[in-house]
Amino acid sequence: MTEEIIIAGFGGQGVLSMGKILAYSGVMQNKEVSWMPSYGPEMRGGTANVTVIISDERISSPSLNTFDSAIILNQQSMDKFEKTVKPGGLLIYDPNGITRHPVRKDINIYSIEAADEASKLGLSKVFNMIVLGGFLKLKPLVASEFLHKGLLKSLPARHHALIPENEKAVEIGKNLLKPVQVL
Amino acid sequence: MGELRLMKGNEAVAEAAIRAGCDGYFGYPITPQSEVMEYLMAEKPFERTGMVVLQAESEVASINMLYGAAGTGKKVMTSSSSPGISLMQEGISYMAGSELPAVIVNVVRGGPGLGTIQPSQADYFQAVKGGGHGDYKLIVLAPASVQEMCDHVKLGFDLAFKYRNPVMILSDGAVGQMMEKVELFDQIARRTDAEVISQCPWAATGKPKDREHIIITSLDLDPAGQERVNLKLQAKYKKIQENEILFEEIQCEDAEYLYVAFGLSARICQKATDLARAKGIRVGLFRPITLFPFPAPQIASVGNRVKGILVVEMNAGQMIEDVKLSVGCNVKIEHYGRFGGIIPSPEEVVRALEQKIIGG
Amino acid sequence: MEELFAKPEIRKPENIVYKKTDLMVDRPLSYCPGCGHGTVHRMLMEVLEEMDIQGNTIGVSPVGCSVLAYDFLNIDMLGAAHGRAPALATAIKRLWPYRFVFTYQGDGDLAAIGTAETIHACNRGENITIIFINNGIYGMTGGQMAPTTLPGMRTSTSPYGRDVQTMGHPLKITELIAHLPGVEYVTRQSVHTPVNARRTKKAIRKAFEIQKEKKGVGFIEVVSNCNSGWKMTPVQANKWMEENMFPFYPLGDIKVDGKLVEKKETVS
Ligand SMILES: Cc1ncc(C[n+]2csc(CCOP(=O)(O)OP(=O)(O)O)c2C)c(N)n1
Ligand code: SF4
Ligand SMILES: [Mg+2]
Repeated sequence: MTEEIIIAGFGGQGVLSMGKILAYSGVMQNKEVSWMPSYGPEMRGGTANVTVIISDERISSPSLNTFDSAIILNQQSMDKFEKTVKPGGLLIYDPNGITRHPVRKDINIYSIEAADEASKLGLSKVFNMIVLGGFLKLKPLVASEFLHKGLLKSLPARHHALIPENEKAVEIGKNLLKPVQVL
Repeated sequence: MGELRLMKGNEAVAEAAIRAGCDGYFGYPITPQSEVMEYLMAEKPFERTGMVVLQAESEVASINMLYGAAGTGKKVMTSSSSPGISLMQEGISYMAGSELPAVIVNVVRGGPGLGTIQPSQADYFQAVKGGGHGDYKLIVLAPASVQEMCDHVKLGFDLAFKYRNPVMILSDGAVGQMMEKVELFDQIARRTDAEVISQCPWAATGKPKDREHIIITSLDLDPAGQERVNLKLQAKYKKIQENEILFEEIQCEDAEYLYVAFGLSARICQKATDLARAKGIRVGLFRPITLFPFPAPQIASVGNRVKGILVVEMNAGQMIEDVKLSVGCNVKIEHYGRFGGIIPSPEEVVRALEQKIIGG
Repeated sequence: MEELFAKPEIRKPENIVYKKTDLMVDRPLSYCPGCGHGTVHRMLMEVLEEMDIQGNTIGVSPVGCSVLAYDFLNIDMLGAAHGRAPALATAIKRLWPYRFVFTYQGDGDLAAIGTAETIHACNRGENITIIFINNGIYGMTGGQMAPTTLPGMRTSTSPYGRDVQTMGHPLKITELIAHLPGVEYVTRQSVHTPVNARRTKKAIRKAFEIQKEKKGVGFIEVVSNCNSGWKMTPVQANKWMEENMFPFYPLGDIKVDGKLVEKKETVS
């Protein structure tokens, strides 16, 4: 099993940390993982993306052009990454702020209204974990006990009190997915 | 099994230095390797092992701090990225000339000049052919993963002390910035001063009454003397060439074609190898792990069996010169490169093989 | 403010009360909102405009956040290697003695990696203007400790605060170079209020006049903010600067007409 994932959005949306938590959970489940961020001034422009690969085998290229799954959180990222999903692959996006919705018919598309739900519940800080929950529902790459261990490892100790909130957000995300039909 | 962590390549370098029993780190901030010193400062190795960490005022200062400390037998390291490594060249030449052990990490970014902060492999010539003045060689290691970033620090110190020679870890911005699973080796105790004195009799550690004073220098004004110094160095490099080659072969047994690539490019070629094989192209990958000593005989033995070789580098064609010197003239050898911080995709590397080697 | 934008009809030439100098290239600055770099750029260009020396000036930009100054200042410029701007400026001025030459440098650039170049250009009494932006941090590389970082100040390479025992004391390079005979004029200013920005502009003007008279180095330190590196909002950063930077780096003239100023005026 190898899953090649791109997560992309604005800098403040917790894109990199979502990837890190996913990757660290993979490590705890003794998978091979790689996490390759965009870095530098590219990020000053406001967009951030990270390629996460989780595999049972040694990972070859950490840098990719096509992906099994794309998690997309803003318009620029939609424009850039919709076309990079492999046929039959998965695209999850938060429609908040999206003006041009995905159009591909050869991939599976789901929307997740995580930003709305997060602000409704006062959980804006863990918005990214709601999205991650949706993704893990469709691609159960890591079991919840390992996700817990991943959170323990990737969050600094002073934030460990927030782990239950993060896990709650993941559970919320699992029930927010809506399949999107492209007509 | 050692401790498992998810770490950036730069962080792995820093943690490995602490665990390898490094005595001192001297550096100056530069992207994309600033995490090395940031990690060390946050980790407080001065409390963990007594290791010294100092932010110098420039790379000129860092390398000369390294020179001083290495001359006293201490295990020391610096890290930087391309422009900073360029500034260090005079000091590196002095260290090679005075035969001092140290580890120098170059997390390469695109050049020339101020260039870009994105990954590149354009410092191959500088690292392998001697970026500073004089006939000298660094032992050059090319990690392709975060695990190797960690392991090469330990290996680098071992080789540096075995041969009394500076070792360069030639990495790049992507390997420095990406996170992967790392299995950390256990803490190696820092040597006591008494151990340094007994293990490094060549080092300037303070003259006891019963031994000659030690001079760490690369100066010999007598040309005959300086020639002897050079001959000694060349003999050492020959010994390194004979004994320390490291490389990896992936799917080479039945290969009709061959990729040769180091570091990040090798990872991309490994994926390209899978993609090409899925299309029925029997291609293998040869990855030099030591760039000096270069695995010339090993490349020759695979290279002379295949119909063509594509050397893939994130530069305009540097290692290809060494590949050509290794393999006979009757094998077709071409180069595929991207520059200035662009990482080639596995798909384009397959296309390059088809166009430049198979079709061409 | 919003209302203003809602009434485009008032944007007529006769209504203009303030306008960006044409010596600034008309493009958005790459600096973080609230950063002092942009204000200093503007003061500098206003001086060149008032002295009518746009075509007679060559600037040298550093490596630091202001590495891209050449994209914003509409004059001929060279981008130096990190810390070497005074060396470039020295040679440029020697070969183009009738041009105005200035360097624009950050604290890491001027007071760490480039200390030697700074001190020797000043000591040689080069007829150049040095504009030194002291924000107490390495802004460009993501907030590492600078030579000017205050004791106890947290940065990414002093995550527990600058410990002067192991990391050295903040370097008051401005006071240091004021003692060199080749230096004619040394002042420390800020640009965080309109009053201070005007004082900075006056100081820059004075330094360029000194250059005209071939009297030696004019050196202007601008104590400035780095909201991103300090991890503060611009308003917080300015307040923090007043409360912490100014007591350590007091504003005012340090050397005038080649003579050290006895009592430093401390204004904020
Ligand atoms: C030889 C060399 N070493 C290191 C760097 C990386 N670097 C770029 S800017 C900078 C420091 C900038 O700080 P400062 O001069 O204070 O300017 P600021 O960004 O704060 O305005 C460093 C270390 C470089 N470009 N070249
Ligand atoms: S990082 Fe700091 S110095 Fe650089 S532009 Fe932003 S606020 Fe200004
Ligand atoms: Mg600064």
